[in-house]
Amino acid sequence: MMSVPISYLLFLSFGVFCFGACGFLIRKNALSLLICLELMLSGVNIAFVSFSRLHQNEAGNILYFLVITVAACESAVGLALILNFFRIKKNIRLEEANALEG
Amino acid sequence: MDNPTEILSFVMGAAALMPLLGACLWFWIGKKFGNEKVAEKIVSVGAVSFMAVSFFCVLYTFLNVEGSARVTFFEWIRFNSKSAVNFAFLLDPLSLTLGLVVTGIGTLIHLYASGYMHGDPGFGRFFTYLNLFVFSMLMLTFSDSLVGVFLGWEGVGLCSYFLISFWFSEEENANAGKKAFIVNRIGDLGFLIAMCALFKVFGTLNIPELLAAVQAGSLTPDQLFWIKIACFGLVLGATGKSAQIPLYVWLPDAMAGPTPVSALIHAATMVTAGVYLTCRMQPLFLLNLEILEILAFIGGLTAIFAASIAIFQNDIKKVLAYSTISQLGFMFLAVGLIAPVAAFFHLITHACFKALLFLGAGSVIHGLHHEQDMRHMGGIRKKMPLTFWTVTIGVFAIAGIPPLSGFVSKDEILHFTWHSHRWWLIMFAFTTAFLTSFYMGRLWVMTFFGKFRGHHEAHESPVSMTAVLIVLAILSAIAGALNWPELWGGSERLNEYLRAVVSQAAGEHTEEAFYSSLKLAGISSLVGIAGLTLAWFRYRNFAGEEFKAPIFRIFKNKYYIDEIYDFAVVQNLKRIGYALWKGVDGFVIDGFLNGCASVSTKASLRFRRLQTGMTQQYALWVWIGFLLLLFGAWSLR
Repeated sequence: MMSVPISYLLFLSFGVFCFGACGFLIRKNALSLLICLELMLSGVNIAFVSFSRLHQNEAGNILYFLVITVAACESAVGLALILNFFRIKKNIRLEEANALEG
Repeated sequence: MDNPTEILSFVMGAAALMPLLGACLWFWIGKKFGNEKVAEKIVSVGAVSFMAVSFFCVLYTFLNVEGSARVTFFEWIRFNSKSAVNFAFLLDPLSLTLGLVVTGIGTLIHLYASGYMHGDPGFGRFFTYLNLFVFSMLMLTFSDSLVGVFLGWEGVGLCSYFLISFWFSEEENANAGKKAFIVNRIGDLGFLIAMCALFKVFGTLNIPELLAAVQAGSLTPDQLFWIKIACFGLVLGATGKSAQIPLYVWLPDAMAGPTPVSALIHAATMVTAGVYLTCRMQPLFLLNLEILEILAFIGGLTAIFAASIAIFQNDIKKVLAYSTISQLGFMFLAVGLIAPVAAFFHLITHACFKALLFLGAGSVIHGLHHEQDMRHMGGIRKKMPLTFWTVTIGVFAIAGIPPLSGFVSKDEILHFTWHSHRWWLIMFAFTTAFLTSFYMGRLWVMTFFGKFRGHHEAHESPVSMTAVLIVLAILSAIAGALNWPELWGGSERLNEYLRAVVSQAAGEHTEEAFYSSLKLAGISSLVGIAGLTLAWFRYRNFAGEEFKAPIFRIFKNKYYIDEIYDFAVVQNLKRIGYALWKGVDGFVIDGFLNGCASVSTKASLRFRRLQTGMTQQYALWVWIGFLLLLFGAWSLR
């Protein structure tokens, strides 16, 4: 089995995470933001699994399952929020959700 | 309860607690049942009987205590392992005598007040204050520590304030109450200073221990200095409470209260507290003879000063108020001349005849439908015969007509003044004796003789009032027997009794002394008769004319003392108060607080712009924070 150096994997993880983060900052559509959040979590998951491989134990893999569970819940809640938001505003443009402005 | 101390403590506890319990009860009844007839009946019967119980308790103690005793109820304040202030009563001749006067005269005046205050909407409130006053006065009288005396001292001041401004809906009365309260505070400061100084020297505030320490002698110069300070403080306190120069100004205004209050508090009992205190603390004063000298001078000056004002007053109660100040001056004169027994004797007789005069005046006022101006009285002796005859006895007693009580007690003070060979004081005392009989004669003639000048038809007062007048008239007539001089075949029982606690120079028993005392008594009674006669001829046909010469204006305006005080003290205090209000409170304190508030308001106006409500912007902040942390961690590597 071909062994990939850990640094590659971490670069991949960081890259995916950064894509997600940048997307989160620049996209306007709430649904895209949700997807970007998933992307960031996936980046983190890649890092977990890589370290698990590096250290030859299962801690990282277990954490991966936990994170993916939380991510599933979170996207469910997020979708519910977006759905209700759409019902009120008739769109899902996030810059209109500024009722908390000070 | 088989041992005597326990019985004593029970009896004295009852004597002090009955008025306090009464005060609570009448307050409750007055609040609950208001103006109902039944409530008024209950309160008047209850208040009088509670006072009577208190009187008989004191009387029992008086008859059963040999020499002096102390009863301790409980420990009150502990300073350290050695000294503490107990809630305890000191039962000795001095306190028991005053206690009898307070509860005895108090009972009579409660009875009188139940007639006088009939139908007043504040009936329950009135008796609440009156009973509370008696409780405080008993604390003042009997407490064995200065702290307890101070409690009573403040209590009577408070009740005096309540009762002066009893009809508080009129601003004048409320102001009179405030004036009395504030002027008394100045005197109380003196008392506090005295307490602090004595505690510094002796480490205890229990009166018997203090006096024992003083009498044991061997005091260092430093201690003597502090004792002198304490004496000054006590003199200041006494002048405040007993209305002497320079703090007498509150007493004439205190006449705004109901007449029974004037009789009980502002003539018979409370104002004598200063005399009592100076007698009680006599050993301290004996170490500072120059302060006694000052006290005698204050007393003499106050006596003549107040008497000269009294002549020109037209309000019947104001005349009696100045007369009270003047008679208290006599008492202080005696205390200052180391004749505390004479002072106490005059205190007792004065309590009787001044209560009588005040209550008589109250009866006249009641009968004339609240007319207090003597110019609108006159010729009412036929309409109010009982009031007339009793007041006549009172007038003759205070004027010093033998053998009524005022003659004996005043003569004793004059006797001591004469033998002190201080010409100023002798002049003061004899002039005052003359002025006293003159203004009392004026009051008597203007009220009861001549033509009736009033508006309402006079009527005699109810039995509850006249009965009290008769009892007091009998007391005023015979109280002189308490201390009838030995030279004239008397027994001087009061002197014998009080000798145990206060010291006074013993009289001589030679033939020469007998003749000189007779001469003095003759002079003083002649002076009294002369004053009355002069008043009779001057005012018999009074029709409204008064002294016209401009020189009398200064007397009529009470030497402008109120105006001087107002200009020198009150206005300046107001100015200082105004400056403190505007400058310190308004500018410094409010400025600081408002400045803090406005700075934070302005800052938050800026900071709130960070809160845009845009989720992505928050995310950006998180990112920036994360990057900063990352950078920090990297640079610390």
